[in-house]
Amino acid sequence: MILRILLRNAFRNRLRTGLTILGITVAILAFGLLRTVVAAWYASVESASAARLVTRNAVSLVFPLPLSYKEKIRQIQGVRGVSWGNWFGGVYIEEKNFFPNFAVDARTYLDLYPEFILPEDQLKAFLGDRKGFVAGRKIAAQFGWKPGDTVTLRGVIYPGNWDFVMRGIYRGRDKTIDETQFFFHWDYLNETVRRLYPQRADQVGFYMIGVTHPDQAAEVASAVDEAFRNSLAETLTETEKAFNLGFISMTSAIVLAIQLVSVVIIFIIMAVVANTMAMTTRERIGDYAVLKTLGFGGRHIAALVFGEALVITLTGCALGMALTFPVARAFAESMPNFFPVFNVAPSTLALDVAAALLVAGAAGVIPTRTAIGIRIADGLRRIG
Amino acid sequence: MTDQPPIVRIRNLCKTYRRGSVEVPVLHDISFDIREREFLSLMGPSGSGKSTLLNLIAGIDRADSGSILVDGVEITLLSETELAAWRAHSVGFIFQFYNLIPVLTALENVELPLHLSGLSRRERREHARLCLDLVSLSHRLDHYPGQLSGGEQQRVAIARAIVTDPSILVADEPTGDLDRVSAGEILDLMERLNGQLGKTVIMVTHDPRAAERAGVLRHLDKGVLGSDDPPDSP
Repeated sequence: MILRILLRNAFRNRLRTGLTILGITVAILAFGLLRTVVAAWYASVESASAARLVTRNAVSLVFPLPLSYKEKIRQIQGVRGVSWGNWFGGVYIEEKNFFPNFAVDARTYLDLYPEFILPEDQLKAFLGDRKGFVAGRKIAAQFGWKPGDTVTLRGVIYPGNWDFVMRGIYRGRDKTIDETQFFFHWDYLNETVRRLYPQRADQVGFYMIGVTHPDQAAEVASAVDEAFRNSLAETLTETEKAFNLGFISMTSAIVLAIQLVSVVIIFIIMAVVANTMAMTTRERIGDYAVLKTLGFGGRHIAALVFGEALVITLTGCALGMALTFPVARAFAESMPNFFPVFNVAPSTLALDVAAALLVAGAAGVIPTRTAIGIRIADGLRRIG
Repeated sequence: MTDQPPIVRIRNLCKTYRRGSVEVPVLHDISFDIREREFLSLMGPSGSGKSTLLNLIAGIDRADSGSILVDGVEITLLSETELAAWRAHSVGFIFQFYNLIPVLTALENVELPLHLSGLSRRERREHARLCLDLVSLSHRLDHYPGQLSGGEQQRVAIARAIVTDPSILVADEPTGDLDRVSAGEILDLMERLNGQLGKTVIMVTHDPRAAERAGVLRHLDKGVLGSDDPPDSP
């Protein structure tokens, strides 16, 4: 009966309840989207392998390392494989068409990244064509590229127009894998650079190192850096996760601001729901007094107030969560290059529910105390 | 009637309300008995303390001092929880403004007090139907209070008051919000509950016509009980 009363009470004032639910829906939607943005920000960290290390110039990422380091790295104990590459930074038609593009040693690089799934025939075609490239499914779809198409990138770090032939489209092993990257052969870059800018030849931007056991990553990283100590180009080796986190830390203020806004939204909606509950409780004081007169106790009254707050907030939460998926999809489609991985995580949905429960609980505390504490005679007098 | 033992025994009852720093005395040293199966009417001008006295007898307010013994239970000594449980099975309430729960149907309103009784759903429904039948509202079971007239709502309230089969019914101005015809029907019903079902009825009223229906009439004025029917010695 208590359940029946609270369900009917919740929708007694349909306009007020509807507007409150709408507010909660929008708040949960905004909260869910902002949390998804934060998660998307960290997507590269989440998808990073614990069994991969990144070695770069100890001074800065913009300084290269000699290609000759690869043999020395390969000999270090615990190293399973070595690959290398350069950030190419090419522009496709215009700057707004941004996507990450790298020159890599294709065979060794793809060996280290089993999460990039490339059909066997496409892999073979890519490895057999020095001007070939592979791209992720999302950018291929965005620009309508098909295997065999010629794509021209305008070099910024390496000036000139660079023609590539599409040889394959990779897809991620799961939803956390970035499908917006563009890879071509490092040899193609190096040969051209040797011809045009000989002093920049045989230089790599980074080494990717596969370790035999992830728990040896720290030892291997130390061994790599030790091997090049006091050399002309000292190295800094760290896990792929730490390397990616280094990039994100540059934007930590933005991430913090987004997180703060998401929390503020919850506090605002808490105030809105608390106001609604205060108004409904004031209206229902007579009903609560009648229930107390009939022998119902404080726990029944608390169940009515908290239950009503829960019905309202969880309805708004459910709607907000349901809307998060299509809105997130539309959001991701509108900026595929900025957020290559934009998935609503189960943890975000759990946070949505936790936020709704927190709002209901906090909003119900004072009205419940008021409802329980009112003297029956005073409550009945209000009816008259 | 005078042969019946007292079901309510009130001794030296005092009550004062506090409005901020001002103390407003409402009841002064009230002592009297109400006999079993009695139909008592309490009359008096506004502010005389009659509703307060009714609330104290029904256990929905607390006295400052004095004793209220109802059917052998000293209710001034009960805790809030004990008092709530006692009210649930010992007293039926009829209010001036009916005080039905607006989101429940007539049947659900009458069934409401039985949720604390431990009866099964089927038994609760049966009892509630029976009581609504008793007040001639078996054709309005699924109507909400807003769909009923004032007289019908008061009859639902009476059905709710008797559904737990309490020995005492308290009624605060039960006809105060009704037209003359409906008021007459309600008073007929209360007379029947008193006469045929043996309920002790304690009614506060302003209406002399309503008061005439009661077997015993008492007056309160400025918190002092009139001497029209002096209590037995303790």
